[in-house]
Amino acid sequence: MTIIRIASGVGLVLGLASVQASAQALEGDAERGQQAAGVCVACHQADGMGMDNPNGESWPRLAGLPAAYIAKQLHDIKAGRRESATMMPFANMLDDQQIADVSAYYAEMAPWPALPTAYQPADPEDAAEWLANRGDWAEDAMIPACNQCHGPNGQGVGAVFPPLAGQHAGYLQAQLEAWRDGARHNDPNRLMAGIAERLDEAQITMIADYYATLPATLAVPDAPSSEEDAP
Amino acid sequence: MSLRTSQPLKAAALVATLALSPAALAQDEGVERDYQIPLPQAPEGEVTFTPPHERDLPDNQYGDMVRKGRDLFVDTQALRGEYVFNDQNCANCHLDAGRLANSAPMWASFGVYPAYRGKNDKVNTLAERIQGCFTYSMNGTPPPTGSEPLVAMQTYLHWMSTGAPINESLPGRGYPKLEEAEQAPDRARGAEVYAAQCAVCHGDEGQGQRVGERQVFPPLWGDGAYNWGAGMHRVNTAANFIKANMPLGKPYSLTDQQAWDVAAFINGHERPQDPRRRTLETLEETDATFHNHHGYYGDEIDGRRLGDHADFGENPRPLDG
Repeated sequence: MTIIRIASGVGLVLGLASVQASAQALEGDAERGQQAAGVCVACHQADGMGMDNPNGESWPRLAGLPAAYIAKQLHDIKAGRRESATMMPFANMLDDQQIADVSAYYAEMAPWPALPTAYQPADPEDAAEWLANRGDWAEDAMIPACNQCHGPNGQGVGAVFPPLAGQHAGYLQAQLEAWRDGARHNDPNRLMAGIAERLDEAQITMIADYYATLPATLAVPDAPSSEEDAP
Repeated sequence: MSLRTSQPLKAAALVATLALSPAALAQDEGVERDYQIPLPQAPEGEVTFTPPHERDLPDNQYGDMVRKGRDLFVDTQALRGEYVFNDQNCANCHLDAGRLANSAPMWASFGVYPAYRGKNDKVNTLAERIQGCFTYSMNGTPPPTGSEPLVAMQTYLHWMSTGAPINESLPGRGYPKLEEAEQAPDRARGAEVYAAQCAVCHGDEGQGQRVGERQVFPPLWGDGAYNWGAGMHRVNTAANFIKANMPLGKPYSLTDQQAWDVAAFINGHERPQDPRRRTLETLEETDATFHNHHGYYGDEIDGRRLGDHADFGENPRPLDG
């Protein structure tokens, strides 16, 4: 009896996994995605840039996120693996093909800001820059540098580690708190949740702001020279 | 020429030493002679040493040399094509830029050199020890003694060790040594651990992941990885490192058995040839002389004999060079 139950349980899990895998492998069509994305515009905006809402729920930038990352989040929300009361009704409107399509649509909408990848030492006086580039390896923290997984200047690595630089501060903060509190748990092997649990509130606020403003911060040093170059 | 004739002699002497030293064999629980790490194990107990913070670095030539060494330690790829011929950085295996306890921290290494090393059967200075990392872990060419990269690294290590005792093995040194697992390390079980825990970062084929010019996650086998002479190719060294440091941000999350198994899986893959193979006539000789430890060099795995090739990765020095 027990054996049969376990066996059928395993079959169910494997079955679900393969359905899920095939759904995520569907090829998305950005043009069809634009049609399906009609419901997304109210929050994520027509340009896919989302919005930072300091006094409410911030809507993440989707434009330029990897399609596979967006698709996974939508599937996770539909299946209850990622809890979002706001997103749930909208994700439920999309079938597997539509998820692939809207993901392709937003992925192609605008490139995520490309930031320098060359090594730059972190300023030891800048706590946020230090956390991003060097982490906090105190014995009770053991927090790797954010960029060790999210890539140089937090611009993302593959489809699993999303870009952080240029994402809205309110969204980053809310997600880090959700990881920390267990409300978000759709990361591989609890890689993010485990780290977020060891971040303190000040670190969360600081790092969310750091990444939200990083593209602008990095652009600043070039500004004076380009002005000088101007006729 | 004299180098080529003298090295096999030295190697032969090593073989003789090995054969005549049953005590040395028995010393390491009768399992293997700890051939490449003759230094005493780090004592157990609380890690008490804390390296200084970079914000306290002085603004003078010494401080600048420390910063230069720190930069090379984190971004060793700056020396690619000159002294480095794979995709590795020092900080991959020495976390927190060489500062983290139980991740072979530099502050615990600095004070124990000069030290005798069985690996080359002589007393090594710190400079020679770092040069060894370039030869093996970086599949490269050692920066000459007194050259700026080496001076910079030595200065970085010196600064990091401010206040650490000399000639004393400190708690937190090296990687914590795992007990032998209940079951012998198994590559097939290790493959499952790898797929579940490691592939998300290091890739299905151990190739790592890059973003632009930066290697974000290092390759674990293949041309971009540490070569067959590096300490990390040994199953026990890798298991010890993995248990205490991997997956990143989840230290000590794998069981001992998982750490052993996945280390066996990773190190059962092909990688650049052992540079010492150049000094000997055959794979068999190289295996017998330098690989009397827990590793797969010279072993047949999946129908292929590991190390049976003249592939030194990107290192341009040929087999007879």
